[in-house]
Amino acid sequence: MRRTLTLSVVFLLGVILGGCAATKKQGTVEVEDATISGSDASSTATGLTTGSDATGQIITVENDTGDADDLLNQRVIYFDFDSSSLTPEAQRVVEAHADYLAGNPGMAVVLEGHADERGTREYNLALGERRANAVTEMFQVLGVAPDAIRPISYGEERPVAMEHDESAWSLNRRVEILY
Amino acid sequence: MRTLFAGILLGLSSMVCLPANAVLTIEITQGENSGVPIAVVPFRWHGAGDPPEDLRGIIAADLHRSGRFDLLPPGNFLSHPSEIGEVRYKDWRLIKAEALVVGRIFEKSPDNYEITFQLLDVYRETQKAGYRFNATGEHLRQVAHQISDHIYHKMTGVEGAFDTRIAYVTREQQDNGDRIYQLMVADSDGHRPQQILRTTNLPVLSPAWSPDGEWLAYVSFVDRRSGANVWLQNIRTGNRRKIAQAEGAASAPAWSPEGKRLALRMSYKGNADIYLMDVASGSIKRLTRHPAIDTEPAWAPNGRQIVFTSDRSGRPQIYRVAAAGGKPERLTRGVGRENARASYDPKGERLVMVTNRGNGYQIGVFYMADGRMDLLTDGTLDESPVFAPNGAMILYATRLGREGVLAAVSADGRVKQVLKLHRGEVREPSWAPKKN
Repeated sequence: MRRTLTLSVVFLLGVILGGCAATKKQGTVEVEDATISGSDASSTATGLTTGSDATGQIITVENDTGDADDLLNQRVIYFDFDSSSLTPEAQRVVEAHADYLAGNPGMAVVLEGHADERGTREYNLALGERRANAVTEMFQVLGVAPDAIRPISYGEERPVAMEHDESAWSLNRRVEILY
Repeated sequence: MRTLFAGILLGLSSMVCLPANAVLTIEITQGENSGVPIAVVPFRWHGAGDPPEDLRGIIAADLHRSGRFDLLPPGNFLSHPSEIGEVRYKDWRLIKAEALVVGRIFEKSPDNYEITFQLLDVYRETQKAGYRFNATGEHLRQVAHQISDHIYHKMTGVEGAFDTRIAYVTREQQDNGDRIYQLMVADSDGHRPQQILRTTNLPVLSPAWSPDGEWLAYVSFVDRRSGANVWLQNIRTGNRRKIAQAEGAASAPAWSPEGKRLALRMSYKGNADIYLMDVASGSIKRLTRHPAIDTEPAWAPNGRQIVFTSDRSGRPQIYRVAAAGGKPERLTRGVGRENARASYDPKGERLVMVTNRGNGYQIGVFYMADGRMDLLTDGTLDESPVFAPNGAMILYATRLGREGVLAAVSADGRVKQVLKLHRGEVREPSWAPKKN
C-alpha cells in the first residue's frame, strides 16, 4: 500500500454577522468565582496568615532536620508520577502543619490536590483527590480534627507550570495547603 | 516529517489575519485517496445579490471529512447543471466521477428559500436521491448538512451524522491572569458556535449530552474552595441545577440510553467509585466498591452494561460491569500499559478510548469481539475521544503546537482534520445524538 502524505490548508472563513463567537443567546449562564480573583499561578502564601498569634508563638517540631518556621512556610507538597505516597520530605512538612493545626483548634485548612496533565482529566481529578486524602489521613493520625480539614481536587485543571515536560509536570503534581 | 508540517501550519496560521469568528480547518490526509469520486456542483442561485450560503462548500466539506469520498475539484467541471434534465453524463465520466450532486437555491421571498438537490449515478445515469427543502436563511447550513446526510446514507448504507451538534469547552487566559472557561455548542463542523456557560477561574469538564439533545450534564466548581460537582443544564432555557450529593466530589456524568439515569463518579470517604443516579428523584445506587480509583463510566447502547476506568490492577484499564450490579471484568489486556475514557460506538461493538503504549497518549479503537485495539492517532497528549452518532467518525482533543484543539478522524483512521474553532484552548468534545 503506497502511503502518500499530502498537506493542504483549507480556509473556511465563516463570517458570522452581527455578533461574536460568544454571542449570548437565550440560555447562557455566567458564573463568577467571587472568592478569589486574579492569577492563580503561584497561590502559595509565605509565612503564617490570619492565624498568626500576636505573641508569635513558635511551634516546635520534634525533629532536628529543619527549622520549624521553614517547614510551616512550605505550603506545597510534591508527588511522583501516578503516586499519592508522601516522600520523607513531604512527611516532614505535613507533620509541621499538623502540629500547628492540632495546637490551634480554631484553624482550618483546605488541601488542594493536583495532577500533571498526563492521563485523562477525570482520572486526574480522582488522582488529585487521592493525594489530598493522603495528606488528610496523615493530619488525622497526627491529631488534627476531621472538620478542620477540607480536601478537594482540581486534577490537572490548575497547573502552575504550563510547559509539556517533566520539569513542569513535577511542579504540577502537588497538594497545596491553604489556610 | 511531522514536525516540519506542524511548523508550516504554524507559520501559515500566524501570517493570516483571521476575523475573530473564522473556522480554520487544517487538514492532514494520509493513505491512498480511495474514496468514491464524487462531483458536487455549486448550487445555482436564483435570487438577488450573492447567495446567502455556499451550500456546495458545506456539503463538500462534510463528505470530505467523512473519509469516504474523493471530492473532485470544481475547476475541472466541464459543465454546471443544476438539475437532472441539464446533465450530460459524458462530461462527468470524462473526469472519472462516479456520483454527481446538482442543486438549486431559489429565493421565494426575502429570507424564504427553496432548495432542491439530486444525487445521480454517473454510470447508470439514474437518480439515487432527490429532495426539496424550504428554509429561512438561518437554517440553510442545517439544510446543507441534511443533504450531506442523504448523500452519505445513499452512497454508504450508513446514516449520516452531519446534521448533528457538538459541545466542547474552551479556555482563554486574560492579561490579568484570569482564565475564562466557556461551554459551547456548535454544529458538527464547528460552525454557529453558541455559548452555554461562562465561568471565571472555575474549570468546566466532561460535558455530556442527554439522549434527547435537550440537556448537557457537565462538571464544574461552585467556588475556589469546594470540590467538583455535576450540573444539569437545559440548552434552550439555561435553567441549571447541581445534582444532589451527600458529601465529597462528583464528576464524569454519563446519561443512560433512555435518559432517566446518570452514571457518575462520586467520592465517599475519599474513595472514587461508580454510582447510578435516577435523574428525577436523585436516588443513588452504588455500582463499584473498591479502594482503587473508579471513574469515567459509559453506558452500552442496550443500557445493560457500563464500562469504566479503574486502576485496581495498578495503572488505569477498562472494566465492564452490569448496570444491575455485579463483579466488574477487565476488558483491556495486553493492549497498552494504560487505557482510560472508554465509550461505546452506536452498535455496541467497539470502544474508543485513550491508550498509552509507552509513547504518550493516543486514541485507540478496541473491538469487543476479539479484544484487539487499533491506534487511530499519533499525538502525545490526545484525549477525550467520542464517536459520532453513526459510529463512522471520532472527535477528540489534541495539541497543535502549543495549543489545545479538536480534531476529527474517520473511524478507519484514513482522514484526519483539525478544527480550530476558537481563540485559546479547546477541549472535551461531546457529540449529541441524532434527533429523529
